[in-house]
Amino acid sequence: MEVTRRDTMAIGGAAVISTLIPSISVASTNELIMGITGGADAAASGIDLTAPEIAENGNTVPISVDAPGAVAVTILAAGNPLPGVATFNFGDGAGSQSATTRIRLAGTQDVIAVAKMADGSFAAVSKTVKVTIGGCGG
Amino acid sequence: MAKGVKPRVKVPKTASAGEMVTLKTLISHKMESGQRKDSDGNKIPRSIINRFVCAFNGKTVVDVEMLPAISTNPYFQFDAVIPEAGEFHFTWYDDDGSVYETKKKVEMA
Repeated sequence: MEVTRRDTMAIGGAAVISTLIPSISVASTNELIMGITGGADAAASGIDLTAPEIAENGNTVPISVDAPGAVAVTILAAGNPLPGVATFNFGDGAGSQSATTRIRLAGTQDVIAVAKMADGSFAAVSKTVKVTIGGCGG
Repeated sequence: MAKGVKPRVKVPKTASAGEMVTLKTLISHKMESGQRKDSDGNKIPRSIINRFVCAFNGKTVVDVEMLPAISTNPYFQFDAVIPEAGEFHFTWYDDDGSVYETKKKVEMA
């Protein structure tokens, strides 16, 4: 069989797309974490993020974080027009380094929590939340 | 000052020394994200509460920086240790410069 120019284009195009798509989303999540840590690597353990698998309404998505030993926890939403959500700074009077709040998500995306530990190291975790109705207006 | 802003907090009235208690706070606020447009296509300017602080007898429990992705009527739940009788001081800071405050006393059981 002769390989035509058109076949070559189709194969090449498909290969490019399949390699590009996953790398884009992974890179942006990593970049967001790096933006918080200042380039340092973040451990995968030591922080817990609780978020629903499916959120019917993106306007109020309940999430909680628990990071024992953390001094600050930053929440990010990778797929929002503005990825920042909130930063919790825990003081001396805190009983535990955990908090619950409600956030807005524009669509199905990864929610990321990055904890800054007392010794200066970082821990990060991300969770995918499927959103049925987005919550950023438009 | 945004209209109809009413802070609500849930704090136990009494606690024993060193006890860990869970606090819940809710404040009514529309938290306009700055992303929405009105019917004429003009952007509605951002108007949110950007900071929330909870302190017990002057000692910070939690200090939260908030961005527009926090939902309408911001809700927070967190834990605090109560070493002695005293007062919780909750403060919210609005984009327009207003400050909303509420206090709750805790007595020793």
